[in-house]
Amino acid sequence: MDWTRILTNVAGEAFAPATAAYALAAIGLNIHFGMTGLLNFGQAGFMLLGAYAYAITAIAGWPFFASVIAAMVAAVLFGILLGIPTLKLRGDYLSIVTIAAAEIVRIISRSTSLTSLTGGNSGLSGGDGYKESFESLCPFPDGSTTLWLWTYPNCTSNSWWLRLVAWVAVAIGCLLVWRWMRSPWGRVLKGIREDEDAVRALGKNVYGYKMQALVLGGIGGAIAGIFYTLPTSVQADAMGRTTTFNIWTILLLGGAATVFGPVLGSVLLWTVFMLVKSILRDAELSFITSTQSEAFSWMLVGLTLMLLVIFRPQGVLGDKKELAIDVR
Amino acid sequence: MSAETPPTPAPDARVGGAGVVPRERIAKDLAAVPRVPGAPKPDPIIVADGVRRSFGGINAVDVEHLEVQRGAITALIGPNGAGKTTLFNLLTGFDKADVGEWSFEGRPVHGRTAARMASAGMVRTFQLTKALSRMTVIDNMRLGATGQRGENLLASLLPSVWRSQEAAITARAYELLERFKLDTKADDFAGSLSGGQRKLLEMARALMTHPTMVMLDEPMAGVNPALTQSLLGHITGLRDEGMTVLFVEHDMHMVRHISDWVVVMAEGRIVAEGPPETIMQDQAVVDAYLGAHHDTDLGDDRLLEDDVVEQYEAEAEAEEATQ
Ligand SMILES: Nc1ncnc2c1ncn2[C@@H]1O[C@H](COP(=O)(O)OP(=O)(O)OP(=O)(O)O)[C@@H](O)[C@H]1O
Ligand SMILES: [Mg+2]
Repeated sequence: MDWTRILTNVAGEAFAPATAAYALAAIGLNIHFGMTGLLNFGQAGFMLLGAYAYAITAIAGWPFFASVIAAMVAAVLFGILLGIPTLKLRGDYLSIVTIAAAEIVRIISRSTSLTSLTGGNSGLSGGDGYKESFESLCPFPDGSTTLWLWTYPNCTSNSWWLRLVAWVAVAIGCLLVWRWMRSPWGRVLKGIREDEDAVRALGKNVYGYKMQALVLGGIGGAIAGIFYTLPTSVQADAMGRTTTFNIWTILLLGGAATVFGPVLGSVLLWTVFMLVKSILRDAELSFITSTQSEAFSWMLVGLTLMLLVIFRPQGVLGDKKELAIDVR
Repeated sequence: MSAETPPTPAPDARVGGAGVVPRERIAKDLAAVPRVPGAPKPDPIIVADGVRRSFGGINAVDVEHLEVQRGAITALIGPNGAGKTTLFNLLTGFDKADVGEWSFEGRPVHGRTAARMASAGMVRTFQLTKALSRMTVIDNMRLGATGQRGENLLASLLPSVWRSQEAAITARAYELLERFKLDTKADDFAGSLSGGQRKLLEMARALMTHPTMVMLDEPMAGVNPALTQSLLGHITGLRDEGMTVLFVEHDMHMVRHISDWVVVMAEGRIVAEGPPETIMQDQAVVDAYLGAHHDTDLGDDRLLEDDVVEQYEAEAEAEEATQ
């Protein structure tokens, strides 16, 4: 077994663009769930909308930041659309509506009637030109660079440049959440999470705050969608229900209502997953094929999660004391 | 903590002091009010007309006319299921009336949302206490303050914008907590408080909004007798500061002790109104309560005598010590 290669892969996964993207999506979900108590089961829908809004406008020749703003606007509109009918009702309605809405977005964007815009079933690839505006901003020379164990292209696709920008975005996300959690605004959200009628009785416009949280967390998802698709391609089916549940897993693993929980959760989930997968592949077990080993890795990850939820329900970083408070 | 005397002396203790005692002045104002359901008041803060709310055919609330005197403590009593909480919900915007109109401080307010009613100065507490369990006591209090600049999404990112206001709010919160003897608990999670302490916290939190009218749904339920005494002091203190209080209470001792006026509900309707001293002799009230309370002395004042209170306090302390 080639341990150097395995550990290189595993550690490389820790700072991969996809890991950063999941961290961002989980930061958004943390604003929904951890801070406000909103049950959004459609975070992948926000990612998908963000990715398509970005890619379509980039292909149309918009500059990078304009495309990012387009992705954010898409998330704002989607959030408002979902929020208007559901946020005045009890929590469960939002979860039902979001899960359905995310599926609708996915199915519509892969439909053949939209092929000219979204690439339909086969999606959008680098060849369609959606990566150029981002890559043209790259300050590094062409070619690739080896830093210690890892070799990646400087500017194109799965690049050092993308890693840098994606993790800077994660850092900004953490900074914002840190600031918000310690502000009176975050306090209102927390109050809503605990009991929205009590907050209403104190004269706060609960509906407005929930809408703000839904939209903000959705923007996190949309930005995540951009970084998730920049190293590979935009594929509707790559951002479905599984993605949403992975994001939830990450949030609960790292610890909801914490600043770094989503980041730690994402790094943990993807490195552990990579570790299990690589070991199984290298062990060359006769009774397990490589496709089975991928599925088996998911099972092991699932088992780890179950143990974690049983023995450490507040997640790695969560506050045990806070969770121990019995909500009577 | 509860064994000390209430911060605001019981109103009776002030009789003979300088100036006009609020309770006496209010009693004088209300003396001429006819003792009939829906009686007009000299200076009403709430005027309600034809308010009805039904749940599947039963009229939970069916109030023809109701006026609540400004600056007074009005007790709303009635048997279980009389519609008291539902009326509270309607007036405070937590529920929508089928029909009916009402005004608060002269402005029509029916159909307004709960948040807008609270901003207009009508703040309430709940029969089932709503302490925000996984927030600290002091954060519960801070949340009550209105007009916070830091509650804006963008301004919240700039602490320099809201820091001084936050300090002022925190100072006021500690002041109120001290008054309600909760200051030692300021940094504990609200979920760790006892039922009675939560009632106090909810009331203190409501006061953070600088209300003009306070609506308390069974503020004394589940509170031990020693705490009750200081809670009564707090409620009369609100009136002495100029606030209007409307409260629901089942215990007639409490009602007699602090209220200036009593409104009796039964089966959704207002069946009687009058001063607390005489209301229990009203035939409609006796009828309303018959069955549930017919063998209880509804106006026994014994509980409010000092030695009984002391005895209760000692019992409560002994109980706390054994825990
Ligand atoms: N959400 C609801 N759905 C259906 N019926 C309701 C609802 N809320 C109240 N009711 C009914 O309305 C009537 C009045 O209830 P309400 O809670 O106002 O009584 P109450 O006077 O506050 O009683 P208590 O003294 O026991 O608190 C009751 O018959 C109750 O069953
Ligand atoms: Mg009630």
